[in-house]
Amino acid sequence: MHLDPETLSRLQFAWVIGWHILLPAFTVGLASFIAFLEGAYALTGRVVFLHLSQFWLRIFAVSFGMGVVTGIVMPFQFGTNWSRFSDAAGNVISPLLAYEGLTAFFLEATFLGVLLFGRKLVPPSMHFVAAALVAGGTLASSFWILATNSWMQTPVGYEVIDGRFFPKDWLEIVFNPSFPYRLAHTVSAFYVTTAFVVLGVGAYTVRRGQSPAEGRMMLRLALWFLAIFVPAQMIIGDLHGRNTLAHQPAKLAAIEGLWDGGRGVPASLVGWPDATAERNLAEVAIPRLGSLYLTHSWDGEVKGLKDFPPDQRPPVAIVYFAFRTMVGVASLMLVVVVAGFVLMARGRLDQTGWYLRLCQATTCLGFIAVIAGWTTTEVGRQPWTIYGLMRTLDSVSPSLTGRDVLLSLLLYVAVYLVIYPAGLAAMLRFVRRGPEPSDDSAPVGSGRSRSPIDALATAGSETAR
Amino acid sequence: MTPTLSLVPIWTAILAIGVFAYVALDGFDLGVGMLYSFAPDRRARDLVMNSIAPIWDGNETWLILGGVGLLAAFPVAYAIIIPAVYFPILLMLLALIFRGVAFEFRYRDAEHRTFWDHGFAVGSTLAAFAQGIVLGAFIQGFQVEGRQFVGSSFDCFTPFSIFTGIGLVFGYALLGAGWLVIKTEGGLQDWARTLGKGCLTGTTLVIAIVSLWTPLSDPHIAARWFSWPNVGLLAPVPLITVGLVWYAWRSLNNASEYAPFIAALGLFVMSYFGIAISLWPMIVPGHFTLEQAASSESTQAFLLIGTLFLLPIIFVYSGWSYWVFRGKVRADIGYH
Repeated sequence: MHLDPETLSRLQFAWVIGWHILLPAFTVGLASFIAFLEGAYALTGRVVFLHLSQFWLRIFAVSFGMGVVTGIVMPFQFGTNWSRFSDAAGNVISPLLAYEGLTAFFLEATFLGVLLFGRKLVPPSMHFVAAALVAGGTLASSFWILATNSWMQTPVGYEVIDGRFFPKDWLEIVFNPSFPYRLAHTVSAFYVTTAFVVLGVGAYTVRRGQSPAEGRMMLRLALWFLAIFVPAQMIIGDLHGRNTLAHQPAKLAAIEGLWDGGRGVPASLVGWPDATAERNLAEVAIPRLGSLYLTHSWDGEVKGLKDFPPDQRPPVAIVYFAFRTMVGVASLMLVVVVAGFVLMARGRLDQTGWYLRLCQATTCLGFIAVIAGWTTTEVGRQPWTIYGLMRTLDSVSPSLTGRDVLLSLLLYVAVYLVIYPAGLAAMLRFVRRGPEPSDDSAPVGSGRSRSPIDALATAGSETAR
Repeated sequence: MTPTLSLVPIWTAILAIGVFAYVALDGFDLGVGMLYSFAPDRRARDLVMNSIAPIWDGNETWLILGGVGLLAAFPVAYAIIIPAVYFPILLMLLALIFRGVAFEFRYRDAEHRTFWDHGFAVGSTLAAFAQGIVLGAFIQGFQVEGRQFVGSSFDCFTPFSIFTGIGLVFGYALLGAGWLVIKTEGGLQDWARTLGKGCLTGTTLVIAIVSLWTPLSDPHIAARWFSWPNVGLLAPVPLITVGLVWYAWRSLNNASEYAPFIAALGLFVMSYFGIAISLWPMIVPGHFTLEQAASSESTQAFLLIGTLFLLPIIFVYSGWSYWVFRGKVRADIGYH
């Protein structure tokens, strides 16, 4: 790695988007979860759903607020550091980005207000509608931003005039080949991420025994949800992988650590991809298995890295290990879910201390998988910003020096290292206070301080957006 | 070249309104943020903060629309201007992040309240200063080859842009003082009026000096304003500005509550017109006109459909939320 403007700009983009994506990864799922809770409350009138919704809304407000301020940074990155890309691709991607901004604004300006302030002003059914529309808004934002990203990965529907990209068919541009798979895979990942947070917080709440009904409900809702979505996510991931094989074969070869392509290729389990030697060191591989799961045939043909000139290959080791991290985390998730169901079937879910502690420990698993998956797809599409058409090297702003970008990167690092711990601390404070208990068996008042400061904090959270 | 021109005036108008909405709305809450550090006591600080609590983040979202709107409607202008003001943009973004987070945590993190209080005031001031530098650099123009900025990232720091940076700090603070006169009463309102007079003096000086500095340094701008018949046609701009300064000064000294804010907004409108007249029809001064920089007709049309639907709703909702939170801010209501 050289400290040139391109590398540093990529590091800076990775830094700001890596931190930003953690927030949508959580809020998209949480918005849908809150909508579910509001719907359940409107239908059944059971107060446990109300308490859970109130509890998660406080946390949602902090997370959404941080998502907005860190999100403002993102569109400016295209201008400050990637101005040649902005000039070349602006005609195609800018409306998609603008629709993302308009959707977020629309959502923030309208329904979030009702959701946060309107509990006493509207009936539960209307409150549910507001929650559902906020959830719909977060999904619409995901739709547009992933359409933008997917077009850069699998560009179609454009024409090139004087080296710049112009739109020919908006439907093709938005619904480009990798978009449906990426959208499904990402949104499902966001849902799983949120469900693991709910599972962990539920386990913590049960262990503390302060609002046991709410804790037990969180554990069960999360486990049932994950029982559907963790396996579904694995299937969607497989489909997304086959889409990558068809449209971005070099990325797929890097994921597999596959240097020599052909028929009946092996599956590399672990090893060290050596880009100079063009082979994997200390590799453990299973013959022919790669072809089976990539092409669903023992003899399926897969391209290897050597089928591409060295200057069209991504940094193999990063992609290789990021992908294995993601798959490893997914396997661990499956174990947690299966163990939970075994305990639930034996009626011992709420009493098994080691399992509750395990759930707490796996609270952040989804975030690790999201970052690993994002790294796989974004590093894997290098060296291109617009796949096969525009190089990352040719996208960077010509006026920038390495020193400029180093300075800005260090400042982003410093500020994010202050605000993220502060945000996490604020959310943990709400978790520690816990949801309001719905049964009298809970010890009254313990740990549930209602000092004026806390009362103010609650009030604050209800406006904070 | 591809662009057909029919939608360019519409997008010019949308972008102009969007940028002005940002400047006017976030302008006053950034200004309130700056004045906040001068508030006499804890109770006053809470009142000052509560006066913008329900609305500041909605105000800030206009910045996203301004930025993305520029990229969508005039991509080459975005590709030249944004890297040319690399460090002011960085400073602005970091200041806005810090300010936003400080605002939230001020209520949630009582142990470090003083730290977050200072973060809010310093963040507000730096964001305004950085935007003023962007403005100054934009007026002075950029070094361009082909379709890219080719100067250095530090070109934007000139005596002129530093001066406009300080000027915008005064201007936003004046808007903030006007807002506080509307939202407060008694001793706190008197305090806001006193600060407002200082800010008005500063703002007036800056407007006067910039109005002389730009034509003196740029013969095109001089010709625009001082050639016949322009000198007669454009005379109302400086005359109305002088009238507004007088009106603002008078209203800060008498009992009127809305006039200082309205006069301050008027000064921003006139300055905005002044800059637009000086630069028209360029979007990258000296290099690209609005029409040359416009994105393709298909791009502009595709985005216009949704914008024409969503923008009015956003306006109506914003207006409604200001209506809901109208009237004097009171300590006992606190943070709604």
